[in-house]
Amino acid sequence: MRYAMAIDTRKCVGCSDCVVACQTENNVPVGFCRDWVVEVVEGTYPNVSIELRTERCNHCDNSPCVRCCPTGASHIEDGGIVLVEHNKCIGCGACIQACPYDARYSHPDGYVDKCTFCIHRVREGKKPACVSVCPTSCMHFGDLDDPNSEIVNVLKNRKFKSLAPEAGTKPQIFYLV
Amino acid sequence: MKEELFASGRNIPNIDPYLNIWHWQIPSYLFLGGLAAGLLLFASFFTIMGKENKMEATVKKAPMLVPFILMLGLFFLFLDLKHKLYFWQLYTTIRLESPMGWGSWVLMIITPISILWSASYMKEVFPKWDWKFKILNTIEAWLIKNRKIIAWPMAIYAVILGIYTGILLSAFNARPLWNTSILGPLFLVSGMSTAAAVIMLMSKDHKERKIMGRIDILLIVVELFFIIHLFMGFLAGSEVQINAANLFLGGKFTAPFFAFVVILGLIFPAVLEVFELKGYKVPIIIPAVLILLGGLIFRFLMVEAGQITRYLY
Repeated sequence: MRYAMAIDTRKCVGCSDCVVACQTENNVPVGFCRDWVVEVVEGTYPNVSIELRTERCNHCDNSPCVRCCPTGASHIEDGGIVLVEHNKCIGCGACIQACPYDARYSHPDGYVDKCTFCIHRVREGKKPACVSVCPTSCMHFGDLDDPNSEIVNVLKNRKFKSLAPEAGTKPQIFYLV
Repeated sequence: MKEELFASGRNIPNIDPYLNIWHWQIPSYLFLGGLAAGLLLFASFFTIMGKENKMEATVKKAPMLVPFILMLGLFFLFLDLKHKLYFWQLYTTIRLESPMGWGSWVLMIITPISILWSASYMKEVFPKWDWKFKILNTIEAWLIKNRKIIAWPMAIYAVILGIYTGILLSAFNARPLWNTSILGPLFLVSGMSTAAAVIMLMSKDHKERKIMGRIDILLIVVELFFIIHLFMGFLAGSEVQINAANLFLGGKFTAPFFAFVVILGLIFPAVLEVFELKGYKVPIIIPAVLILLGGLIFRFLMVEAGQITRYLY
């Protein structure tokens, strides 16, 4: 089992619904985010192109945050989901430094927090909060090891990229371009 | 086509505009760790060479500072933790992949060694010292007999500690400025240089100061070469590394780095030390304090600048 996400940059309208859904679902403190929307504009007017991306933890296969954690609080759950065990985290900040995507933040309660792929929902057979609320259905979540899953289908038929693959982290969020 | 690139969107109030998770505690801790490593390395080196009595400040007096330096450093590290009550979790796991993990174990080993080393010289440095309990006297006698044997692991652990202060940073692939293996040796040499400065401040023996002065000049030259090497490596690297180097070669860290670290912290004290060796009278406090300040500022700049550098995507 290998959970992953495919995000269609051609469908995303940048409404930030995913951000609000995540904050509500996971009780993210004010002033912090586990996911966010980036807007990249290229070209000179009138020849411009725009890319909207909703970004979050990439749940990397080769995750530097898990490697550098001195206590083992950052770990990989079944399905490749990278999680932080709050009672093991000492808040040293090493994993925050180690993440090329700046996907982690220091929670006001002391521990480090990040996207969990809504593991509590996934275990109940539901989709992550951000995916389930997307009004344009631009996000696809599923198991890469299941050849019949929606995400495998999408990745088979579309061109895609991942963020900073040169960092060697093997990110598992794919952006359809 | 003239192309402009405009990226916006990520503006999370408490996280952006750039990473700012490590403050003064970490560079201070790295400085103290390097200093302690240097002091122990010199003490064990001259013990192994059989020069204990010629290098009194190096072997006997300066190592007495080390337990305090290490404890202060550990205290700073503790202050840096955001989930403080869980700090003991560091010592419930052994994770060799994590530099912070094995570094905390190295500290766990080298701190008691440095305490034992200082204890073995207590009576020699403070003649009126009395251990009060018989068992402590027995332990002391054993320590005094086995100093040369203790010196070996102490030297090895001191080198690991010194290099670790650099590896703690260089292990982070995500921060291009830190992600270079030269940082380990560079911080070790810099730590040894600051240790030599402390010994020169403490020593009352002219000959010992001269020996440490010579060693220090050599260390400073090696350090300067390492710094050149660091930037050469970056400039021959990928775009993110070139950007990292440019922070120091024209960017906003250029002035403090060259003024306080390279010139006032390395070249000027080295010149003063050369003058002293030539027979001119130079108050030792000037080069020594400059070296210590230079070493401290160097670590502050590296930690601060490293957190600004990042991958582009």
